[in-house]
Amino acid sequence: MIAVEDLHVWFDLPDGKELHAVQGVSFQLQEGSRLGLVGESGCGKTTTILAMMGLLPPTASVSGKVLLDGVDILERGEESVSPHRWNDIAMVFQGAMNAFNPVRTVGEQIAEPMKLHKSASGREADARVRELLELVGIPGDRASRYPHEFSGGMRQRAAIAMALACAPKVLLADEPTTALDVMVQAQILELLVDLTGTLGKELGMSMVLVTHDLPVVAQVCDLAAVMYAGEIVEMSGISAVYHQPMHPYTRMLFAATPDLFGDDEVLSIPGTPPRLDREITGCAFRPRCDSALGVCETVRPARRLGSPGHEARCHLNDPAIAQAGS
Amino acid sequence: MSLIEPLQNASEDALAEGVQASSRRGFVRANLLGNKQAIFGLAVLAVFLFLAVFGPWIEPYDPLAKTGPVYAPPSSAHWLGTDDFGADMLSLVIAGSRVSLGVGFFAAVVAMVIGGSVGVLSGFFGGKTDTFLMRITDYVLVIPDIPLMIIAAALFGRSLTNIIIIIGIIYWTSTARLIRAQVIAVRERVYVKRARALGAGNSRIVFKHVLPQVAPLLIANTVLMVAVAIFAETYITFLGLGDPSTISWGRLIENAFNGEATINNAWWAIAPPGICVTIVILALTMVGQSVEDGLNPRLKVGHLSVRRFRLRPLNGKLNSG
Amino acid sequence: MSSERPGDRTGRVLSAAHSGGPLLEVEDLVTRYQISRGLWGTVARQPKLAVSAVSGVSFEVREGEMMALVGESGCGKTSTAQTVVRMVQHESGSIRFRGTEIGTLSPKELRAFRREIQIIYQDPYESLDPRFTVRDTIEEPLRVHKTVSGAAERERVVRDAMERAGLTPPELFLDRYPHELSGGQRQRTAIAAALALGPKLLIADEPVSMLDVSVRAGILQLLDGLRKGGMGVLMITHDLSTAAHFADRIAVMYLGRIVEEGPARDVVRNPQHPYTKALVSVVPKRDPDDRTVPQILTGETPNPVHLPSGCRFHPRCPVAEDRCTTIDPQLRDVAGAERGHRAACVLV
Repeated sequence: MIAVEDLHVWFDLPDGKELHAVQGVSFQLQEGSRLGLVGESGCGKTTTILAMMGLLPPTASVSGKVLLDGVDILERGEESVSPHRWNDIAMVFQGAMNAFNPVRTVGEQIAEPMKLHKSASGREADARVRELLELVGIPGDRASRYPHEFSGGMRQRAAIAMALACAPKVLLADEPTTALDVMVQAQILELLVDLTGTLGKELGMSMVLVTHDLPVVAQVCDLAAVMYAGEIVEMSGISAVYHQPMHPYTRMLFAATPDLFGDDEVLSIPGTPPRLDREITGCAFRPRCDSALGVCETVRPARRLGSPGHEARCHLNDPAIAQAGS
Repeated sequence: MSLIEPLQNASEDALAEGVQASSRRGFVRANLLGNKQAIFGLAVLAVFLFLAVFGPWIEPYDPLAKTGPVYAPPSSAHWLGTDDFGADMLSLVIAGSRVSLGVGFFAAVVAMVIGGSVGVLSGFFGGKTDTFLMRITDYVLVIPDIPLMIIAAALFGRSLTNIIIIIGIIYWTSTARLIRAQVIAVRERVYVKRARALGAGNSRIVFKHVLPQVAPLLIANTVLMVAVAIFAETYITFLGLGDPSTISWGRLIENAFNGEATINNAWWAIAPPGICVTIVILALTMVGQSVEDGLNPRLKVGHLSVRRFRLRPLNGKLNSG
Repeated sequence: MSSERPGDRTGRVLSAAHSGGPLLEVEDLVTRYQISRGLWGTVARQPKLAVSAVSGVSFEVREGEMMALVGESGCGKTSTAQTVVRMVQHESGSIRFRGTEIGTLSPKELRAFRREIQIIYQDPYESLDPRFTVRDTIEEPLRVHKTVSGAAERERVVRDAMERAGLTPPELFLDRYPHELSGGQRQRTAIAAALALGPKLLIADEPVSMLDVSVRAGILQLLDGLRKGGMGVLMITHDLSTAAHFADRIAVMYLGRIVEEGPARDVVRNPQHPYTKALVSVVPKRDPDDRTVPQILTGETPNPVHLPSGCRFHPRCPVAEDRCTTIDPQLRDVAGAERGHRAACVLV
């Protein structure tokens, strides 16, 4: 339903160099499925979804395709993206709950995308706003309230309602629970699960959830894509990613995440991600990897399929190389 | 301290390649020298500073001597003509720059010292100190400038020092408010709290943590204040309240008015000092604003406001599996 | 003991039992903030309102022990820490540090104790002065307290602190500015500055919540190592998983009160208070196949200006009874649980 093919994003740097923020990301998302995009900060996960919305600054250049029901919406740049923005692909921005205009009512602000995209106006829009608020678990009559009268969790719900204003097919959510307490996080995640997926209450929406929090992906998503240095290094059904990780980074990321009941030692990943303003030779993760081979230094690993639907970019999955290495 | 054994294996991520070092001078380069507006302003100021400092060697004639006929129009002998006394206008403008720039600079320094101190004390200590100092600031702020200057000049006499002090005393209020706001913001920063939790005293926190943080803003504000002070000096003198024994741009304009330059169609006696005031104020404003813009990144355009990313065809050399 | 790892639970219990005497004893601490009534409130002479941030909290931290205060934002955990270091004035209760009451000391008398109790803040991007190099930052406490004399001695202490905080080799970092460091390195710098004075108690306010997952464990292991070296650590966190892994004991706070307290493992595996139970159930598990239905409480923590009567948790409590609206339960030992496991609920 929505597919990203070989997406690249570069940013011009003030010193004339370029930062290759997204380096050939591809994934597909079926109707009603939930993909978790995880990785450390600076790995390109937010840039990826901003590029899908065509929301990049003039310093950015983009190549690749974003196929919505088979049609490339990036083909003619802004011109071809804008009709789909918010109508088909909508986003809950990072920190959206704190980005409401304090002097306008929440209802007015939720109605804004409808008016901009001429999907509804006047009384129809008001009714739709009430409906959306009820959908995200806020009594409809709160539409006339101002943002400061809402708690943090309610503002986040309102931000989600705003993203749903034009009944999109795909919801992109950037760290939707990061600033929230666990209890409110659980409420918001429950809401996102209710709204999306095959059993989605109304829309049968699919969702891309960007987060640095692996357990959140584990509990909410069907698919997980682990990003590192602008690439998806591993992607599969969430269960396979957890139980049989094909990429050392995925394994180490899980090991770095404490589990409430887990007794295993929590281990940090040494080193820091590579800089993306110079070309990377070999595997980007090699300097931090605990099982790197000689070949990792020179050859950039290609995408390789393990079991069906489980892919990774790691030489260890190449039987020939793995054998030679051991 | 011997309680704690050295730790192994903890430094793995510390060993890693750090974030690239960017030079501390980068700020100056990026915000002043990289900015055309600032470069232009600085260049103009440099020219006037040169004139002011080396004036006595550059002036073609003695500015106080009669070197030609009264109100002679510009000619090859007198590039900017002569005034109602027959003195060379170019020499007078150059001589005037010394006093105008000097008064502007020192008055701005007076304003900076008073305003900076009030702002820092008020913002840092808050509470009753803040209320008291801000009340005074408000009172000074609402006093109309010109009548106060007239009264002060009448009371204290018309010397250059008095003019500097009067201008300084009138214009410190905006600096005080600006610095106070900034200090309040810095005071709430976690690193200031951390220093306090360490046991650092007020003076240490003010001089080591707060002042360095507000200093660039104070300097930018002072540069803008020089412009205001030069303008103030010009109109004080124009109103006849200046030091009668010195030549400044304001006095040249006053002179030309009193000498009925307009009736004599002697535009050259009145325009050059006026233009100089305008240019210097403009240049100072450009520099001051560039520094301020650099300090306040929020004034820069938000990057999501323009959605014009570029498309680029993928060149073959990327191995994108 | 040397083989003890963070996950080594048997070792942990032993070490807790062997830990030294009480370092910090907080008893019945009450901290309230006056809130501004606004212009209209003042004119109309409305009664002054106060936020009860901490209302009657007691706990202790022993030498070589890590105690975690866990709770949601607004539960009073940070206010408790701020009160303990006397950055915020408390209304009543006592704060004893190694047997000495420090709650009533004057700012001058307090200076000596500031050396012994150090605090690490949540945001390493904010807690370092951007104009100070790593050396300046770590030297500052030494200059403030004049504990060492001479540049050579100071250099030695700085390097020693850096090595203990894992900033090795020190030469690589000494002259860097905060913007030239990664998040983990900044937090290590803050820790090194705290260690330079040789404190007995370290208060860590959300020490890893602003850091990337990959470096969190390193910082937590560093704190764990300091604990093993005999330091007392009071960690403030909202992350129950982190607390369960690294702390010896956990105290769960709700609306200014400790509602449950006990050995970390026991509190998480055998929660007694309904709030703790709910909190444990909503923490996302790492294993995607372990999708237990979380017991999500509706609403959010109420405003601590208007506190509920009786048990503060009763309006949100799934098992509240009539008596909960009137009885304000105190912490009591839980029967059949590990020693020192206490909960404040009439149903326990």
